[in-house]
Amino acid sequence: MADISQHREDRRGPVFPPWLKKLTATLLTVAVTLLGLLFVTFMIGRVMPIDPVLAVIGERATQAQYEAAYLELGLDKSVFQQFLIYLGDVLQGDFGKSIRTGQQVTTDIARVFPATLELASLGTIIGIVLGVPLGVMAAVYRGSWIDQIARLIGLIGYSMPIFWLGLVGLLIFYGILDWVEGPGRLGVFYQGIVPERTGLLLVDSAIAGDWTVFKNAFGHIILPACLLGYYSLAYISRMTRSFMLEQLNSEYVTTARVKGLSERKVIWRHAFRNIRIQLITVIALAYANLLEGSVLTEIIFAWPGLGSYITTSLLANDMNSVLGGTVVIGTIFVGLNIFSDLLYRFFDPRAK
Amino acid sequence: MTHRKLMRTTALVAALMGGVAAPALAETPPNMLVIANRIDDIKTFDPQESFEFAGADVSRNVYEKLVNFDPMDLDAGYQPSLAESWEISEDGKTITFKIAEGHVFSSGNPVTAKDAAFSLQRAVKLDKTPSFILTQFGFTADNVDEMIKVVDDMTLSITLDKQYALSFVLNCLTATIGGVVDMETAMANEVDGDMGNEWLRTNTAGSGPYKVVEWKPNESVLMDLNPNYHGDKPAMERVIVQHIQESATQRLQLERGDIDVARNLSPEDVTGAMEVDGVKVLDEQRGQIMYWSANQKNEMLSDPKVLEALKWATDYAGMEGSFLKGQWITHQAYLPLTFLGALEDKPFGFDLDKAKAALAESGHPDCGPIKISVREAQERLDIAQSLQNTWGQLGCDIELIVGTGAQTLDRYRAREHDIYLGAWGPDYPDPNTNAGTFAANPDNADEAGNTGYLAWRNAWDAAGFNDDTLAAVVENDTEARKQMYLDSQAKFQQEAPFGIMFQRIEQSGLRDSVENWVVGGATTAVSYWVVTK
Repeated sequence: MADISQHREDRRGPVFPPWLKKLTATLLTVAVTLLGLLFVTFMIGRVMPIDPVLAVIGERATQAQYEAAYLELGLDKSVFQQFLIYLGDVLQGDFGKSIRTGQQVTTDIARVFPATLELASLGTIIGIVLGVPLGVMAAVYRGSWIDQIARLIGLIGYSMPIFWLGLVGLLIFYGILDWVEGPGRLGVFYQGIVPERTGLLLVDSAIAGDWTVFKNAFGHIILPACLLGYYSLAYISRMTRSFMLEQLNSEYVTTARVKGLSERKVIWRHAFRNIRIQLITVIALAYANLLEGSVLTEIIFAWPGLGSYITTSLLANDMNSVLGGTVVIGTIFVGLNIFSDLLYRFFDPRAK
Repeated sequence: MTHRKLMRTTALVAALMGGVAAPALAETPPNMLVIANRIDDIKTFDPQESFEFAGADVSRNVYEKLVNFDPMDLDAGYQPSLAESWEISEDGKTITFKIAEGHVFSSGNPVTAKDAAFSLQRAVKLDKTPSFILTQFGFTADNVDEMIKVVDDMTLSITLDKQYALSFVLNCLTATIGGVVDMETAMANEVDGDMGNEWLRTNTAGSGPYKVVEWKPNESVLMDLNPNYHGDKPAMERVIVQHIQESATQRLQLERGDIDVARNLSPEDVTGAMEVDGVKVLDEQRGQIMYWSANQKNEMLSDPKVLEALKWATDYAGMEGSFLKGQWITHQAYLPLTFLGALEDKPFGFDLDKAKAALAESGHPDCGPIKISVREAQERLDIAQSLQNTWGQLGCDIELIVGTGAQTLDRYRAREHDIYLGAWGPDYPDPNTNAGTFAANPDNADEAGNTGYLAWRNAWDAAGFNDDTLAAVVENDTEARKQMYLDSQAKFQQEAPFGIMFQRIEQSGLRDSVENWVVGGATTAVSYWVVTK
């Protein structure tokens, strides 16, 4: 018998703790997702009816120069071979060179990503700080003027084109009132003063203790951030309102009220506590959207970020940059998903 | 959101801005020039590789050439620059240049004949896109060391494969590719035999008035004075070009005084900005021309009478007076105005009767379906729609095939279009640049792959034009040469499957104080060193 049990033990292999299994499964999912993303984007880039060689050599090149560039780009190989070569390079951290800027894609992204991160983060913070209380109030005072205003804000946020609001914002707050700085991340006279540590200008200038630069950087970011914040506010407040309404209509809230708890405690201690988890997912989604989708804001405000980088790369058929940017965006989405999942587990004992 | 929609709304907002223009609240320092421009086309600063508009702007201010244009007198043509004089051999094939003393690179190295020879040789050896500007004189990677030689420290000789018009050769040397690079610095940064190409993509090593201090792609280019510049010290000690894509944004910055120059104002924003105190608008004729061309593989479009009908059924004045207002003028010859031999005649006007008569005489009076290939850019779409409308009035069924620049160009180079609507800018400031492109096609076969020739792209064999074009580049009598181009263009207007419509006018929005702003006319690029404010 002892021998048999030993045999069985061998067949089962070593026993892993559940957290390790979970971690492995998660990492595997992430890897497969990113690989799939890379594959699909690569294939789309290759099957698009655009000649990648032209993007490199331009309109005037001769046929001989064309052929040289064709070979240099490895286009004589099959698409799958090209993908495998590309994948091999990516695994070594090499996303190739950007056709448009002539620089390594990783260098380009390292330059543009902090700009987007800073803008989207501030936008999301504004969206949360204003959107959550607005949504809660709208639900609590359902049908009242507060609710009407919240809905109107949401409606405008959903229906106004972002670039139009951006231009009007620039006209009013920069052009007429002179409350904010103009387009770009920093005034021309302030560039290169503060040493670059994180690439986030507000953080770098704060670390350096240079408050003049900080003030100028803040003057530049505040308007686009408010604009993006407004859009996430519209989304976050609408979702908060509907989550809260659901809670406020449930029995435990009625019970709490009957027990004589103050309205404040009922709303914030009980109802709001229960929507935190749902809100995390909503906020993560809003954040990811701002990181990826603030292209038009970036164009209007001449904000040198990832969104406009990917878009202009795509228009110029600069596929290395598009692929590099897409991987970054994909990683952010996956990362935020895992993060919200972890928070979900942290806040909701049932999920554990 | 399509770019088109974006532009429309921008125009709308711009219109809204009209009445409430802001007062000038800020001001740039007196020794600093701040410019808003679209500079996302810069790929490299290497003068032997650079071939984009914004790159040419930087290059002109950083690199000196053997001969160059004086920004204050562009019409005077090429002038001595690094070369103080030149002589031509008896057989007319060798030009010997005497290099002027006193020119110094930003590194502190003096400019010698070695640097000039090195730069021209590397242009041929690197074989980047613009290399044809030099290789058309018979230079190859194998023979260039023999053909372009250092005679002594300050003397350089260039031997051509045959005799050409001297003006043709010297004009080509004023192109970006003729920029003289500091050989020592370039070679000190050489990697894998690239003659410093990789390094020079992001760094500069010239003897011009400025040097690039910082370049953030799609964001800004920062230039400071070259402390060793031999000429008078420019008033602008620092030049910053910021990448601002939107016209409305550029206009706001200009009106506020945060920038000195706005280079991409839409017609609406130009109109608005002109009404603002402290702002002025400067017009300059540029080299780009806007044209349509018909693929001769299409049987109907190879019928001369159909082409004539289409040329008559184009509303040149209507377009110029409406959406193109001030930024393109009617021009119907392949050489832009101000080029030697540019033809001013405009034989075609919008005349539906003449168009209908021509079509009736053609073998295709029903004017079957025509597809116009057009890039998704506002003014080109507007032009394409106008053509669709007026050609439609002839009874033609016109479809617009809209694509990105790369898609449309791809189709054009593959000779798969019906009608291509595009713009063409000269590659170097000599009439052969456009004559050779529009009115020459050495081999019309598909396999020839002569994509550099627009005549080839349209499957037009250009018979009757090839010889004329070749004859003009070897004609040394300038007046005779000019006449050759005038004759060729007059014939081209009638016979070629090209409908040339407009020439570009660049409108710069400037602060009142900015003087001597020259974007380069039809022949060259912007010059910052003469600007004062």
